[in-house]
Amino acid sequence: MPVIEVDKLHKRYRGHVAVQDVSFGVDEGEIFGICGRNGAGKTTTVECVGGLRVPDGGSISVLGLDPVRDRAALRRAVGIQLQASELPDRMRVQEAVELFASFYAHPADPDELIERWGLGGKRTAAFGRLSGGQKQRLSIVLALVGNPRVAILDELTTGLDPQARRDTWSAIEQIRDSGVTVVLVTHFMEEAERLCDRIALIDDGRVVAVDTPDGFVSGLPGGQRLRFRPSAEFPDALLTDLPEVHAVRRKAQTVEVTGRGDLLQAVTSALAVHRVMPVDLRLDQPTLDDAFVALTGRPQGE
Amino acid sequence: MSTLSALSKAETRLFLRDPVSVVVAVLLPTLILAGLGAVPALREPFPEIGMAFVAYFAPSLLVISIVQLGLQTLPTSLATYRERGVLRRYSATPVSPLAVLMVQLLVNLVTALLAVALLVAVAVLGFGVPAPQHPLDFALAALLGTSAVFSLGLLIAAVAPRARTAGGIGALAFMVTLFFAGTYLPNFLLPDAVQRIGAFIPPGVSTIKDSWVGTGADPLVLVVMAVTTVGASALAARLFRWE
Repeated sequence: MPVIEVDKLHKRYRGHVAVQDVSFGVDEGEIFGICGRNGAGKTTTVECVGGLRVPDGGSISVLGLDPVRDRAALRRAVGIQLQASELPDRMRVQEAVELFASFYAHPADPDELIERWGLGGKRTAAFGRLSGGQKQRLSIVLALVGNPRVAILDELTTGLDPQARRDTWSAIEQIRDSGVTVVLVTHFMEEAERLCDRIALIDDGRVVAVDTPDGFVSGLPGGQRLRFRPSAEFPDALLTDLPEVHAVRRKAQTVEVTGRGDLLQAVTSALAVHRVMPVDLRLDQPTLDDAFVALTGRPQGE
Repeated sequence: MSTLSALSKAETRLFLRDPVSVVVAVLLPTLILAGLGAVPALREPFPEIGMAFVAYFAPSLLVISIVQLGLQTLPTSLATYRERGVLRRYSATPVSPLAVLMVQLLVNLVTALLAVALLVAVAVLGFGVPAPQHPLDFALAALLGTSAVFSLGLLIAAVAPRARTAGGIGALAFMVTLFFAGTYLPNFLLPDAVQRIGAFIPPGVSTIKDSWVGTGADPLVLVVMAVTTVGASALAARLFRWE
């Protein structure tokens, strides 16, 4: 049963449409990604879901609550980590977590959360003295301290170094494993691919597609690409007859096969039957980035 | 622990960790008073003003506490909270950012009143300044004057787009207010026109002075302070941007 349902969401800012027609559902216990380039409408979407903005049209239901009408109940059940929201520089880690815990009727244990998120050594450190990664972890702790059933995390890893980003990723998996449904907003395709159970791809205020990361990638025509040097001659038809194969091209001694599904298995078995060895075999998996380009018609950075 | 008391505790702690506010608002006026009071001549009646200089000047010193907190600390910290998304973060929790604003207001207000009480106590007990002659007038004048200054501070916080702008506008208002309050130059050295305008510039120093060491508060000034409080806070509430 979906815990979040968004139907035909529409939101306009002074003369500029941020979100025109966004619909998706988030199932209990999954990590649901909302991806798209900067300015695509991701943040506006989750801010409407979190009841921080009032939609101009469409309907939203979170745990059966209307984010605008049932604002107070929603705040207690949903933990939100917002982009660019800090704490006073002189507030200390432990103080912040205890303060935020006092906002909820049944908070998590502040000490345990601090420990679990690796901030145990930083309890008395002032917010202003924390590193970027530590600030983000504190941010997660504050979003989780109310024991929410749904956590919304917006651009959690922007500005983090690669190590801190990887640490944050395993942290997000931890949240999901503890039974919390996670909505993750990101413009890093690698992050979405690695973490999300399903992804809504938003472009220009509309949902382009909702699918699993694998679904996005395998939906690409001629998505995978194999390259090898055959140990013996063989006719192209040997491979082009396979349902998985889309095309076979030869460049000097190298054969390049594009296709989808279980391409590697299909091609190597067919070759083996004819006693051809694929030498220097390489498989290029398309990434979510490629799927993004294929679906929106332009690369992410543009 | 209730949410509001936890917030008040947190904000008080943060306030006490900011040395500038504590030193300038709470200690500085009393220290200046003690410095002046240490000079015997300034404790003797001064013919030109009909009283000892410390008694004449104490109300002007007390204005420092009120304007430092109301026009500097309060607007800068609220604008910083907005600029850095602290209010936004609170708005994602069951706590209303309005509660945070109110707690900030309260912490600064209580500190201002404590600073005023400290200055009055030191002046009276240490340096022979008479206790407020019209205690009710004095309480009313100090309270309404402080409220008027704080409302202007809220208005600055409401319209300043950034923390730096709030600090800048606040600093300007701070200096103008202290000039009219006779803190830079004692009032009797200022031209009549400046004195007359100054009487109505929040916090209305002449009325605070008159109710402490003079003939009582000027009701007109009290009304002006009350109207300023209501007008400026209503305008601030209308104009306040949460992000």
